[in-house]
Amino acid sequence: MKRPLLLSTALALLATAALAQDEIKIGEFASLTGGSASFGQSSHKGTALAIEEINAAGGVLGKKLKLIAEDDQSQAGQPATIVRKLISQDKVVAVLGEVASSKSLEAAPICQQNKIPMISPASTNPKVTEVGDYVFRICFIDPFQGTVMAKFAQSKGWKKVAVLTDVKQDYSVGLAEFFVKGFTATGGEIVKDQKYSTGDKDFKAQLTSIKAAKPDAIFVPGYYGEVSLIGKQAKLLGIKVPLLGGDGWVGDSLLKVAGNSLDGSFFSCHFSADDKAEAVQNFVKKYKAKYNGETPDDMAALGYDSAVILAEAIKKAGTTDGEKLRDALAATKAHPGITGSITLDEKRNATKPAVILGIGGGGFQFVQTVAP
Amino acid sequence: MIEFIQQLLNGLGQGSIYALIALGYTMVFGVLRFINFAHGDVFMLGAFAGFYLGPKTLRLFGEGPSYSGAFAALVVAMVLCAVIGIVIEKLCYRPLRDRPKLTVLITAIGVSLFLENAGQLVFGANPQSFPELIVDRALEIPESWGAISGLTITVSQVLVFGVTLLLLFVLRYVVLKTKMGMAMRALSFNPVAASLMGINNDVVISFTFGLGSALAGAAGILTSIQQPSIDPLMGVNAGLKAFVAAVLGGIGNLPGAALGGLLIGVIEALVVGYVSPTYRDAIVFGVLILILIVKPTGLLGVSEREKV
Amino acid sequence: MFERSKILLVATLLTFAGLSHFAGGISPYYFDILIGIGINIILAVGLNLVNGYTGQFSLGHAGFMAVGAYASSWLTLKYGYSMGSGTLNTTTVFVLALLGGGLGAALAGLIVGVPSLRLKGDYLAIVTLGVNEISKGVLQKAEPLGAQRGLGGMEQHTNFFWTFAFAAITIYVVLNLVGSTYGRGFLAVRDDEIAAEAMGINTTKYKVLAFVLAAFFAGIAGGLYAHFKQFIHPEGFNFLRSVDIVVMVILGGMGNTAGVVVAATLLTILPEFLRAVSRYEWLPEWLRHVAENRMILYSLLLIVLMLTRPQGLFGNFTGKRNSKLQ
Repeated sequence: MKRPLLLSTALALLATAALAQDEIKIGEFASLTGGSASFGQSSHKGTALAIEEINAAGGVLGKKLKLIAEDDQSQAGQPATIVRKLISQDKVVAVLGEVASSKSLEAAPICQQNKIPMISPASTNPKVTEVGDYVFRICFIDPFQGTVMAKFAQSKGWKKVAVLTDVKQDYSVGLAEFFVKGFTATGGEIVKDQKYSTGDKDFKAQLTSIKAAKPDAIFVPGYYGEVSLIGKQAKLLGIKVPLLGGDGWVGDSLLKVAGNSLDGSFFSCHFSADDKAEAVQNFVKKYKAKYNGETPDDMAALGYDSAVILAEAIKKAGTTDGEKLRDALAATKAHPGITGSITLDEKRNATKPAVILGIGGGGFQFVQTVAP
Repeated sequence: MIEFIQQLLNGLGQGSIYALIALGYTMVFGVLRFINFAHGDVFMLGAFAGFYLGPKTLRLFGEGPSYSGAFAALVVAMVLCAVIGIVIEKLCYRPLRDRPKLTVLITAIGVSLFLENAGQLVFGANPQSFPELIVDRALEIPESWGAISGLTITVSQVLVFGVTLLLLFVLRYVVLKTKMGMAMRALSFNPVAASLMGINNDVVISFTFGLGSALAGAAGILTSIQQPSIDPLMGVNAGLKAFVAAVLGGIGNLPGAALGGLLIGVIEALVVGYVSPTYRDAIVFGVLILILIVKPTGLLGVSEREKV
Repeated sequence: MFERSKILLVATLLTFAGLSHFAGGISPYYFDILIGIGINIILAVGLNLVNGYTGQFSLGHAGFMAVGAYASSWLTLKYGYSMGSGTLNTTTVFVLALLGGGLGAALAGLIVGVPSLRLKGDYLAIVTLGVNEISKGVLQKAEPLGAQRGLGGMEQHTNFFWTFAFAAITIYVVLNLVGSTYGRGFLAVRDDEIAAEAMGINTTKYKVLAFVLAAFFAGIAGGLYAHFKQFIHPEGFNFLRSVDIVVMVILGGMGNTAGVVVAATLLTILPEFLRAVSRYEWLPEWLRHVAENRMILYSLLLIVLMLTRPQGLFGNFTGKRNSKLQ
């Protein structure tokens, strides 16, 4: 009676061992609950869709990818614990995450020390990839976006611009800094510099003093939650000049909340769900099918691209060894992603085009692509 | 000058919301002597009641936004929040009535965390777009009015301010002129004596929770009309600010809570407009600490001697 | 009594020094949790002095942790690595920086405590909460400390020995203090402040002492945290973090140090345990779903605990009843 039991246990053990060898584990940390859950959930959905597709197409190196996603609850302190778990317990070969730069900065040193490549889908703070040569990102960084919008404002012939920054977001502060630098370098004037914090709902105070300065346009490099309310309240206060912004504007509820109050405004971003390119439309279709008709936003597209780029690198490296994987990632050139052609430079930052979209007629209109 | 007046007006709009929430804090403190930490989250539930039921009440009165539809939504949200408030009190606070106040305070923190996290699970973490209950637009001020014609006043601002004033008068009537109001005042004066006089303390406390939560529900609708983006964590900040307002005015004091709310709203608008929004929260809490140290009873409060 | 506890402390420290040689062998993930336990013990046992023994209610403990974290990081970043082969080795600099962070937090505790400890219960909770918010706001604006970008670049000095040595010292100090004349003062303030005052006890002195000591230990914990995670951010020391610590004190039983140590340990492991539970595919779907939403479980635990066992799991806290008619 005893022997069959022992035998079956041994067999089961063998089976799990074989199973484990059939898959490549990829770790992900994201804010799935808590204050920044809206971004974390989007990027996670994009990443999960990519992994599913890659596996449906036969996986990588003859093995299936297994995504191990952990929730950091939007809490500082959590990313470090989670990444240690992913690396030491789950033995992941690479780590994907996070949207917020402060979370990526916490996890990056640990990935670096363990020689596990980490790809951040959307942390735009320049410092993130400065941590070490195992840390990559596939989004453009703040300076680029700020400069792009400054050039765009110039090309429109606007001379006086007011800036409204979200002081709680490093992202917003960074964009504003490089916008101001680019805009004033060529003779533009910043007539008013106002600030708000994430979570604010009433912007009439700031908008009132901006209105008094009579700008030609207002640069609002914030996130869509606040920007939609800013647009609405600006219109109510009788401000008729266009608003300018960055990729933080992209979100399902921007136009739902703002209505037509943002018509005539422009922003730079990574991708547009209205882009007619076949790859983008395919992605949008699959995303909608998987997630109850939800339209993918920037974070979802970046999350998707980060997983695909990782899979490509594993294929190219032919192994999951950290060092070889790092080299393969660093050699990523002109990867045809959903968010444009991605090349990773020597600082492990993505060089890729930005898209400028205009708002009007209840949707986004493609205006132009700005190459780096 | 015109900018300053505009900032004041903006501050009063936001202040009305704080005032409505602060009244709930103050009333509960008046009868039970404890801070209902979950009160800000009842405000959030009011906004979500409007989110789900607003479109339905609008349809009762024809197509598109209408004042009668908005009013119906307001009433529905108030009733719902009143029920929620009463249930919370009954389930979580009543069994602890004889326990040290800290126990109740900790329970209230638990209820608050529960509502926020369950809200994220049920409503989703993303900000939602609040349905348009009324058509918001800026009121035209004729040129002939001189200097103030440069001001921008929106329909929603007028509405929020008007409804808040109306609710304040109704509340004043209830507390001062009705039998239930008299019982509330008696209970807040001395709960033991009140029960000896034949007042059913449980009923009065339930009523107080209902009334306070209804006001929070109204604030939830009114704030969403002004700023139509709602999320499950919207009650955290608003609740804290309203609490500061209640303390500033003198906790337990109804006119004080209203005054405190308006003051906090104006202070915030001025700090944001002329100093920096980074310091807004810090300054509001600084005001709180200052008032507690200089005059712990608040602006309109009367000092109460603790008896052995 | 004193002698015995001193010997016990030294023995404990020696044991930790010995154990720390083996700490390198365990998985970094478990090591992370272990350090987390040590830091939470320091925080909770310190706060227990205020919320448990002295009967006050501080709701801003994370604020003092932040002061310690930032102060010690600033010290090691500024002085630690420039000395190189100077007179002090890096470990000495690290310990001095920890103490500096603790003293900084204690000073902050003194500044906050003297005026606000005149307030009672609920009010004190709100003021300390306010102080927590203010310190967060100031840090978000402080450019030399990284402002809203967060502060990084600290080396990982925190190890098993220093974490648990400070935890042992915290427990030792708190237990001895409570057993001394001061302890009678604390308990008197808790049990009946008015009566204590009538008996000639300087209640403000005892309250401030407890508050400043708790802040000091929180500062030490902050320094340990900063030199373990190597990156700190103002949002990491928010209201929720303060609530975390308060829950540990309550679960352990206010005024019960052993209980608080156990509670701090359990509550540090719990989220990671739930993380593991949500992965077990053989568990029913709904159970895994509940485990994924840890915060909901956490808040329910708090409510149920207060309703059924307000004295905590291991507590002996005997709250007086409010009503005079029984």
